[in-house]
Amino acid sequence: MHEWALAEAIARYAESVCSSRRVSKIVVKLGTLQAIDREVLSFALNAILESDGIRGAEIVLEDEEAVFRCRRCGATWRYSDVELDEALREAIHFLPEAVHSFVRCPRCGSRDFEVVKGRGVEVAEVVCGDGSEGGSH
Amino acid sequence: MDPREAVIRDRFSSVRRVVAFASSKGGVGKTCITCASALALKELGHRVGLLDLDVTNPTAHIVLGIDPKSTEIEEEKGVKPVEARGVEFMSPALFTHGEPSPLRGGEIHDAILEMLSVTRWGSLDYLLIDAPPGMSDEVLDVLRYIPRLEFVVVATPSPLSIDSARRFTKFLLDEGARVLGLVENMGSGSLESLCKSMGVRYLGYIPFDPELDRAIEEGRIESTRFYASVREICRSAFHSL
Repeated sequence: MHEWALAEAIARYAESVCSSRRVSKIVVKLGTLQAIDREVLSFALNAILESDGIRGAEIVLEDEEAVFRCRRCGATWRYSDVELDEALREAIHFLPEAVHSFVRCPRCGSRDFEVVKGRGVEVAEVVCGDGSEGGSH
Repeated sequence: MDPREAVIRDRFSSVRRVVAFASSKGGVGKTCITCASALALKELGHRVGLLDLDVTNPTAHIVLGIDPKSTEIEEEKGVKPVEARGVEFMSPALFTHGEPSPLRGGEIHDAILEMLSVTRWGSLDYLLIDAPPGMSDEVLDVLRYIPRLEFVVVATPSPLSIDSARRFTKFLLDEGARVLGLVENMGSGSLESLCKSMGVRYLGYIPFDPELDRAIEEGRIESTRFYASVREICRSAFHSL
């Protein structure tokens, strides 16, 4: 699973933030452009943390809606408004920048647009120790 | 915070050597040389991968005979490279399906981070990288993220290319990069003195081969004099090391 590779990245990042302390909570933002499978990501993240000796860490996954802004005409629109067949959505799932190949500004037709938010996986917060140590990042 | 950087080094742990083919000038034949080198190293008995990092204009799949639209991507704890004539292959073209891919700097950086962090290379002797021309995001990113990276500079005898190659090689050396040497494409040995003046190894030259384009079109690059020249360069530059 593709999600497994991203879960590894999240785990390694959280472990590096906490260093020798235990990872107790990770808050992850999931941009809807990448359409990450939440269950698979959560399962993989727990499994990787457990294999690293970290049990019971709280995993919080928050969706962030993908929003685009055209650099040519300034129009803004949402990925959820875009009609796209499943094969192309899957290509974007693997490489979100592929959205520039398949989606164009609904107002002027340009491919030169910005993904304002909701691109992919971001770690919003890591809490270390028992949470009372102020180890959030 | 972007977690992807945290895992990139692990992704190269099964790869013995990573070699980027690069140049400051476009049109010098980097992609053909990178692909031919991958096939030649495989022919010489090595396990080889090829990563096309020309994010906005990938073309290595054409030389390797891969149709991005009909190629299925497999997942196994990440994205598996596809198999192209015995070479593990990954390219942005597998996801953009031959459509235009206009990206700005930050987007190119994001696409590179994504490919570097999720691609699961097998156990390889060589991973070759087809880098786009110039000293922009792609080259700066591979320098930053890929451990133990080595460079092969590609140039032609054109005065424009020579000046670009000199500047580009100087940049790499100033950055502390390991430069394996320079390959002269469409030439006859005239860049050897440039290499001497810069203190880098001259890996050899590849004569102009008017049959190359037709051979690529027909999927038989291995039958060309171009390929034979590249194989000899690989034999002396890589195989003997």
